Amino acid sequence: MSTLVIVEHDNKVMHPSTRHTLRAALQFDQNPVLLVAGHQCQAVAEQVATIAGVHAVWITDNDRLEHQTAEAVSELVVSIADSFSAILAPASTFGKNLLPRIAAKLNVAQISDITRVLGEDIFEHPIYAGNAIEKVKALDPIKVLTIRTTAFDGVNETQSPCCIERIDKEIKESVTRFVRHELSRSERPELGSAKIVVSGGRGLQSAEKFKLVEELADALGAAVGASRAAVDAGFVPNDYQVGQTGKVVAPSLYIAIGISGAVQHLAGMKDSKVIVAINKDEDAPIFQIANYGLVGDLFELVPQLIKLLKHN
Amino acid sequence: MKILVAVKRVIDPYVKVRVKSDHTGVETQNIKMSMNPFDEIAVEEAIRLREKNIATEVVAVTIGPDANQETLRHALALGADRAILVRSNQSFCSLNIAKLLQKIVKNEQPDLVLMGKQSIDGDNNQTPQMLAALLDWPQATFASKLVVQGKMIEVTREIDGGLETLSMNLPAVVSTDLRLNEPRYASLPNIIKSKHKPLDIIEYENMGVNLQEHIQILETNPPAARSGGIKVASVEELFDKLKHEAKVL
Repeated sequence: MSTLVIVEHDNKVMHPSTRHTLRAALQFDQNPVLLVAGHQCQAVAEQVATIAGVHAVWITDNDRLEHQTAEAVSELVVSIADSFSAILAPASTFGKNLLPRIAAKLNVAQISDITRVLGEDIFEHPIYAGNAIEKVKALDPIKVLTIRTTAFDGVNETQSPCCIERIDKEIKESVTRFVRHELSRSERPELGSAKIVVSGGRGLQSAEKFKLVEELADALGAAVGASRAAVDAGFVPNDYQVGQTGKVVAPSLYIAIGISGAVQHLAGMKDSKVIVAINKDEDAPIFQIANYGLVGDLFELVPQLIKLLKHN
Repeated sequence: MKILVAVKRVIDPYVKVRVKSDHTGVETQNIKMSMNPFDEIAVEEAIRLREKNIATEVVAVTIGPDANQETLRHALALGADRAILVRSNQSFCSLNIAKLLQKIVKNEQPDLVLMGKQSIDGDNNQTPQMLAALLDWPQATFASKLVVQGKMIEVTREIDGGLETLSMNLPAVVSTDLRLNEPRYASLPNIIKSKHKPLDIIEYENMGVNLQEHIQILETNPPAARSGGIKVASVEELFDKLKHEAKVL
């Protein structure tokens, strides 16, 4: 029996989350199969086929899969699930939307946000906003798992392309129709996979002043994040949010500016390698987890830091 | 249109949770409990649809021990019409919760099921999707906006790259994200009124749902502690530390 990794993509390019999910799969199966389900998505399959460790790529190209609704993709995956003992996807909004639907159709449990693989049926995942780690044993014949991508290094090595196999399946016309996307465009690295993240909180005071965070991010080649307070105050769009209800990041360097460090926010960034906090309140909880803390007015300190970075 | 809202009683989001010393779970004795924040948003949305005369009845449901009546009374005080407790002292995995809810849906025949996208205890983010699968209904997860038009619903979802809007036939299952709305507070008169609203109790054993165990929890541990860092005095010192000590620049 083998492992199926569901590839996250936009029909043109594979999402980097696939590399991390593959790393988790390789911890219990040396011959994983990667599924590319979409429409006019041949380029994605070709890209996936060259990642080291991929045994085979299955592609289903069907116009009913174009927007990868949970209804359509789960129908496809359930129809091929017999060949697999584990089904994996990244714990992104894509994977979280899809995998529980697949699991329920297969009458098996799903385990969310896995951070460690301890065997082919024993896994660890965080609960209570990362304040506890639960070790669980999956008792069902098929393990359905979403992978916390920041807990597994991406597979960046390449191989000569493995075989790409077409899987043609009828997909029912769905009662769910895609209406539109409103995607945030950014030249900066993607938040979920960036090496450096600079985040701003309520301390930035306004959308106008939040640009200071963006300037620092640009000086560092970093992605920009935000606390929920900054998002709710309208400084930045929702998809910037780092935390239990937003994105989980674990970059090499996380710089928290004007963020107090509520439990909800810490859940999304406390596994970063080095944490820096700049805050005027020296008792802010963020200082308890920061490797380097700087107490003072961010509107004075951040411009100084930007200047220093530009001169070095 | 009838709306079923599933709610859960969880440790209050502002409580710092502690893992039990025997690693069997987290401390829940004498700890403040509340309605899961995402579920409050689901209740609020249902009530708003009721106030717009789109919904005709809002039924709140939960599964758990007797103490959960308090959570249901809260939903009633916010404006739900009646409530159902599936009483059990057992704890269930998401799939089994979805199966119990499936049975309730069969009995109640709602046009829409609203639930929070995840509970802040298990952080699983599974039950709505599983319920939709069991019912073979369409699903719209992580909703930040919903518009009901006759037998259709248009839902804007929060996805990693921004927003996505889907349109689907009712009945459907919708899970709520934080930005869907700002839940109201229950007023004192409404709290008093809620005590007279119907709250039905169904014993789990009498539901006729056959459940098996899917997940075994082996242990619960505290996360690895981060060693406390240092405070630096200036931007220059910070820059120096990041470059030469942490080597991240």
